Amino acid sequence: MSTTTPRIYKGLNLTIFSLVMVFLYIPILILIIFSFNDSRIITGWQGFTTKYYVQLFNNPTIATAFRNTMLIAGLSTLISTSLGVMAALALENTKFKARKGFLALIYTPLVIPDILMGVSLALLFNFTRVNTGMVTVLIAHVTFCISYTVIVIQSRLEGFDYSLVEAAQDLGAKPHYIFWKIKFPLMLPGIIAAALLAFTLSIDDFIITFFTSGRGFDTLPIYVEGTIRRGTITTINALSTLMIAFTLFLVVVTKRIRKIIISAL
Amino acid sequence: MEDIVLKNLSKDFGTFRAVDDVNLTIKSGELFSFLGPSGCGKTTLLRMIAGFEVPTTGRVYLGNKDLSDLPPYKREVNTIFQNYSLFPHMTVYDNVAFGLRVKKTAKAEIKDLVKEMLNLVKMEDQANKYPNQISGGQKQRIAIARALINKPKVLLLDEPLAALDLKLRQHMLIELMNIHDAVGITFIYVTHDQGEAMSISDRLAVMNQGKIAQEGPPDDIYERPTSIFSAYFIGETNLISGEVKELHEDHLKLSCQDGEGKTFEIDSSFQLAPEAGAHLTLSLRPEKIAISRNKPRSQHDINILKGQIEDILYLGSHTQYIVRVGKLKFRVFSQHKRVYFDDKALDWEEQVWLFWHYTDTWIINDNPFDVLADAELDENGNLKRYIKRSKT
Repeated sequence: MSTTTPRIYKGLNLTIFSLVMVFLYIPILILIIFSFNDSRIITGWQGFTTKYYVQLFNNPTIATAFRNTMLIAGLSTLISTSLGVMAALALENTKFKARKGFLALIYTPLVIPDILMGVSLALLFNFTRVNTGMVTVLIAHVTFCISYTVIVIQSRLEGFDYSLVEAAQDLGAKPHYIFWKIKFPLMLPGIIAAALLAFTLSIDDFIITFFTSGRGFDTLPIYVEGTIRRGTITTINALSTLMIAFTLFLVVVTKRIRKIIISAL
Repeated sequence: MEDIVLKNLSKDFGTFRAVDDVNLTIKSGELFSFLGPSGCGKTTLLRMIAGFEVPTTGRVYLGNKDLSDLPPYKREVNTIFQNYSLFPHMTVYDNVAFGLRVKKTAKAEIKDLVKEMLNLVKMEDQANKYPNQISGGQKQRIAIARALINKPKVLLLDEPLAALDLKLRQHMLIELMNIHDAVGITFIYVTHDQGEAMSISDRLAVMNQGKIAQEGPPDDIYERPTSIFSAYFIGETNLISGEVKELHEDHLKLSCQDGEGKTFEIDSSFQLAPEAGAHLTLSLRPEKIAISRNKPRSQHDINILKGQIEDILYLGSHTQYIVRVGKLKFRVFSQHKRVYFDDKALDWEEQVWLFWHYTDTWIINDNPFDVLADAELDENGNLKRYIKRSKT
């Protein structure tokens, strides 16, 4: 089809695409550059420095916030992905009468504004007199991640070819063996995608965390917001640059994870 | 021996009876086919032998062993699926090794057996490829290797060639026969393609509406159909109905109506002696009829009819003539052998003589008039669908 596209459209497409890329990545590039800028304000280039990175690593508040973020992201990813797998497997049974209702309930939080979810969770914790802190943040993160994980894993399962299960049965495999050798490996790309999505959603969530964390439990987004409010942006640039690097690392790693898991099964 | 025996086997899906009281013995080592149109129950029958469907009533035996209540993984039966169902996340090697790994066979032994199987299907150099990297024909071979490595007593093949193109299909058909000869186990083959079933099978069963219409060797079914369905489903035929006029020792004489008030006579051999006056249906294969513009010499064992050519279809290997005799239409296949036709080519509207040996007329015990009312023909005049209804 592409060969029938007139040249003028091709040129136009390329221009628009380039512009999109510029708008997407220029801010990130500027952020990375200025994280090495030897100046407290962003007005101009004052020389190269790595001192903000040093400051970053010597700041105990950041270290705590980083640890909290990773802990919450790791746990909420694990829990929401596991629940997502179970939900997707349960909802796969088309004879299950309440299937559509359940799916609707799971999908709805996707369109509920974060602020609404944050406020309602805060109200719930207040009402039930649960002390806000790590546990409430974790509950909140699992709550909003689970919609995404179910959708990703379930959509992967929908295209599943059941004749593969029959083929495995035919070759002598019992249900347990079939699940771990056939079904799970084929679900794995969906599971990994879901986990990655949950992880990134959790890492950068501000609004819901803000309403459910209370005092004394800061994650990185909460810390960043507080710091910027006080006007010191320099260490934040360095912190953001590191987070970008980490995300890129995750993307590269997950491509290999699938093969590693399958060969381990 | 370990024959597959089906006893009073039926399967209902809701109110629909997919398989209706089938009784059949498939001999050990035989290449047996189920042939029928889609929805005739052949695949359901196969799935009951494999264990994917539980019979509503009836039993499936392998030798003396009752398989009916065993799950698929406990049966010494393996299946080739229509779309091959290779595991996409495993290499060709791992696919073939799957059954042995389930059984926890030793690694070294697995290696030898997989190699042996890949050799059998001529895929030894593709072991490290993934299913999406090989062609349809190659996938087919891998599916066969993956099944045969388990040393099943019976191999079930569900329309295994349906996804391949014509040339490859013919090639794989021969390959399948060679593999059958090499391994010597029972093959049960399901297809809707009469050509495949005829060429590959030792015996076959023609199925219609959940029942076996006829079973036997291919030539038997073709030459001696017992029902209008099997006469029509395998090959093409002319159906003529008539009344028994005279019974002789080795043949009978039928009186037939041409639809315009004239009657003509046909001699036929017979397998069961009918009463004089009985109404019978005859099947006459188009290639058994000779056609000529010159009247043949009258002989006691030759039927001779006069007709007019209505249509001529040139089909390469042969020509099909539609010849009118009164209101009846006869289909005649004539091969292009110049050595015994000194005639110029026959032409539209020409008066011709049709003649054939009386043993080529074959009596079918169905009454055609129930049946043809419910038969749906495609544009070539072949039977597309056939629904037999009772007269009430």
